[in-house]
Amino acid sequence: MTHWLLVMPVFIPLLTATACAFSFRARALSSVISWSGALANLCIALLLIQQVISQGLQVTAFGDWQAPFGIVFVADLLSASMVLITAIIGVAIVLYSTTDLRSKPFYGIYHSLIHALLAGVMGSFLTGDIFNLYVFFEVMLITSFGLMVLNANKQQVDAAVKYVVLNLISTMVFLLAIGLLYGATGTLNMADLHAKVPLLPDTTMMLISGLFLFGFAIKASAFPVFSWLPASYHHLPSAIVALYAALLTKVGVYALIRVFTIVFDLVDSGYQPLLIVIAGLTMLTGVLGAASQFHIKRILSFHIISQIGYMLMGLAIYTPLAITGAIFYIIHHIIVKANLFLIGGFLQRRQGSDNLRELGGAYRSMPWLALLFLIPAFSLAGFPPLSGFWGKFLVIKASLQTDAYLLAATALFVGLMTIYSMTKIWAEAFWKPLPDNAAAPIPLTRMENCLYIVPIAALAVLTILIGLLVEPIYQLAEVSATNLLNPQPYINAVLGSDSTAYSTLTIPSAPAGGTQP
Amino acid sequence: MEFLWCLVVGLMTACGVFLMLERHIVRFLFGMILVSNAINLAIFVAGRLTRGNPPLIASDALLPAAGYANPLPQALILTAIVIGFGLLLFTLLLAYRAIKEFGTADMDKMQHAETEQ
Repeated sequence: MTHWLLVMPVFIPLLTATACAFSFRARALSSVISWSGALANLCIALLLIQQVISQGLQVTAFGDWQAPFGIVFVADLLSASMVLITAIIGVAIVLYSTTDLRSKPFYGIYHSLIHALLAGVMGSFLTGDIFNLYVFFEVMLITSFGLMVLNANKQQVDAAVKYVVLNLISTMVFLLAIGLLYGATGTLNMADLHAKVPLLPDTTMMLISGLFLFGFAIKASAFPVFSWLPASYHHLPSAIVALYAALLTKVGVYALIRVFTIVFDLVDSGYQPLLIVIAGLTMLTGVLGAASQFHIKRILSFHIISQIGYMLMGLAIYTPLAITGAIFYIIHHIIVKANLFLIGGFLQRRQGSDNLRELGGAYRSMPWLALLFLIPAFSLAGFPPLSGFWGKFLVIKASLQTDAYLLAATALFVGLMTIYSMTKIWAEAFWKPLPDNAAAPIPLTRMENCLYIVPIAALAVLTILIGLLVEPIYQLAEVSATNLLNPQPYINAVLGSDSTAYSTLTIPSAPAGGTQP
Repeated sequence: MEFLWCLVVGLMTACGVFLMLERHIVRFLFGMILVSNAINLAIFVAGRLTRGNPPLIASDALLPAAGYANPLPQALILTAIVIGFGLLLFTLLLAYRAIKEFGTADMDKMQHAETEQ
């Protein structure tokens, strides 16, 4: 049975994308289509999470080809909450880009690609088939390429070259890993793989999981392979960079969490010590890179990397509490990071630059914006009672429980350095008077101001709400983490309650169907 | 047979990686094509090379008759080829634009993103 609610989060953005592409010359029309698509998606995401909470896991098999043979969409609590967060970001970005990208040619194409990207992200969160995950990664990738080169100037073309080249490597490695995994187990369904992967020889498992780790680490911009991110993000239009910063790397982290809990056991795969080192170095290099930058977007781009480190740290410690922390951190980070980029973009729009040397006086001219900046900035740095504090608290507590003191110390130090970067932006852009050589602020109409501020304020309110109503979100993350580490309910839901029939199958010498004549 | 194909895959990957390490963006592209095709072949070989009947199901049966070949690797490769072709086309155009924009194909000389705006 195909449950429409599970397919809608992918279908609606695709439909909206098509409609926007056809109406790209009519700015007003494509805005209206884009808004209604984003809002419809938010409603669907709310319905979906409501259904998952009330009725448990939702599964749908396409064309009624049951798992493990057909492709399934699975919404567990983790998927459903990621879909909800994505939908929220979608609404915020679409509103913001209505004014931020207004002057650009191909305005409707931006909206079209934004929605297609959202479809890819939603699909990656919902799919229960690893090859399907690859396909949705590609949807996401090709649309992000498109957004990157739309109306590109010289710098953007250069940034796009680096982004494309390095992401293609990740894609190829991911595809190879899938091919080898299929060759070794004869299945692509994640629930089915959970039963079959432990039967593999250690070396095979280590090779394949290593390929997955490498591919996803590039996507997530983890330590040695993050260089595409700071090389490409800072020249993008503000609305687009906020979208990328919120979602793209987080899909990589999500895929890592999903694959290294349900498909491979991180401890059994033998990569846990490596991932702990990667997590620590990711945090550290990101925050040190940010400290040396003097442009808002570049500072924030490096901070994405350092924050990814916290999420990887949660996965690397691999206790229920740590994974709860990692999931909580993803939810918090998506909202906060998008918000910071939106604020940076607003400042850039007013002054025509995001160089801190040419900014200033924003506190005097826009005290409310300064307040709105302080909320996500403090949250990013981890001030109680904002959302970032709880995320950091959970992962650091988990690391102390497992005696990973060096990792905990690194995380705390990185938090401190985050405050340094945030106060740098605060002092330079908001506090110091506008430098004499800076251009006069560009006046914006009331409508434009409104469209900039509404998404920023909404995300700031959400940050405060997550911080104050931490208990339900903690429980949500905790249940998600428990289901990841004990995936029997997930497997029963996907493969049916007689799933033992599949799990006791020994691996055939040739994959299912490939019988010798 | 599998062993021979493994050698082919290895050779193609080696050539592809060698080309991808070049600074010239078009050579990088050629390397990418080689590696992505090598990966497609790897999927094909990983699905085992068997001689079999077409996996067609008779109208009154639930399963194809015994001795059919595994169709899934072909389906996977077909998807991967289509996606790879799209990505390749995009990258080719991007490389063309980059060469026109910067007047060089040397990726080391492409440092424009790091300049002040």
